[in-house]
Amino acid sequence: MLAKRIIPCLDVRNGKVVKGVNFEGIKDVGNPVECAEEYNRQGADEIVFYDITASFEGRGVFLDVVRETAKKVFVPLTVGGGIKTVDDIRETLRAGADKVSVNSQAVKNPQLIKDGADVFGSQCICVGIDAKKIADKKWTVYINGGRIDMKLDLIDWVKKIEALGAGEICLNSIDADGTKEGFDIEMLDAVCNACSIPVIASGGAGKINDFAEVFEKTGATAALAASLFHFHELTVGQVKDYCRNAGIIIR
Amino acid sequence: MIAIVDYGAGNIFSVKNALDYLGLKSILTSDAEEIRNSDEIILPGVGAFPEAMKMLASSGLIDTIKTEAHKKPFLGICLGMQLLFEKGYEFEECSGLGLIPGSVKKMDNSKLIIPHMGWNKLEVLNECELTKELGQNPYVYFVHSYKAECDDSFIAAYCEYDGKIPSLVYDGKYVYGAQFHPEKSGNTGLGILRKFGGLVK
Repeated sequence: MLAKRIIPCLDVRNGKVVKGVNFEGIKDVGNPVECAEEYNRQGADEIVFYDITASFEGRGVFLDVVRETAKKVFVPLTVGGGIKTVDDIRETLRAGADKVSVNSQAVKNPQLIKDGADVFGSQCICVGIDAKKIADKKWTVYINGGRIDMKLDLIDWVKKIEALGAGEICLNSIDADGTKEGFDIEMLDAVCNACSIPVIASGGAGKINDFAEVFEKTGATAALAASLFHFHELTVGQVKDYCRNAGIIIR
Repeated sequence: MIAIVDYGAGNIFSVKNALDYLGLKSILTSDAEEIRNSDEIILPGVGAFPEAMKMLASSGLIDTIKTEAHKKPFLGICLGMQLLFEKGYEFEECSGLGLIPGSVKKMDNSKLIIPHMGWNKLEVLNECELTKELGQNPYVYFVHSYKAECDDSFIAAYCEYDGKIPSLVYDGKYVYGAQFHPEKSGNTGLGILRKFGGLVK
């Protein structure tokens, strides 16, 4: 059976790793290629690069980072940020990404999901979602790094992107992100029950037990964390050992 | 020299990167002459079956591939493995390369998450050169929504998901196909590519 995946995420700006806490107060640390190699050594099942560069020049530098990483790291690489067109998807895949993650642009132009899936296959189109709770069992989708509430119901959006051909969802909880109080179990459970494509849990991991909990209580097939791994609070290997000992299938 | 067939589908550079890392000489090519002159061929592929066959056809490579696959070690990866079969049913019925008897169909199991995406464990059914020395826990990386349906005799290794998924297929002569991505399967995958590189006569 499929092993649950542990995925470190690296936010990259102008070719360097950054990590925002609640999307604010960004610190600048680290070389992304070296970080990715280290995560590979630790047993990362996949690595996510997220480009938060706004400029055209920064985009080129970012794709160089992807290219360099792909020469040294032989686990799947997912790349998000700044992808607006089918040509952007093609360029990113050719730089060495295995999957692309689209977020704000998918909300603004859902056709991108369908067009991307038609040309490259559903399996390389991951849709990233930032969502926030507004009422009991109700969440809405935000874009632009959690800044703009689209007043779009999360569950409606999940069903729509699945129908459009998305191969995977990376669900980030704005409420949980940066808190280190655990993944947003309730929201993840609702989304996993609403679709039949893989869901990556994102936002809120703070303790080693949070990873086992998300796999035990929800249908998430992977768990993603950034600062926890980036600031060496836990290694990917420690998290995988812990989950394996808890009876979860882990590579 | 290994010819990696470049017909415009998806992420071909990761295969090249893995071969470079292993010190195996390779070339990305869509040139029939280069493919004929190579010692081994890899047909990669990420994407959709009909689109990939269309791209192969417009590159004028279908006949070359079919002929060369009977002469030297040939490895199809992921969609490249699926294209080895006679027919695919992704979006529409479409003819494949017909190098291994069988077809490729949508995984249809409401109890499972599709695509089959992530790390799954190989179980050897019919030992071949590429399944030797796989180790204790040969987890490899899969990303696909369609699976091959073929006779057990062509299955070198499978994994358990929607029943048995043919994961490494072999025609008994030169043609191998990996449903998973050896170039993305850590040390296990690199080991399989190293073995394929060693098949050269």
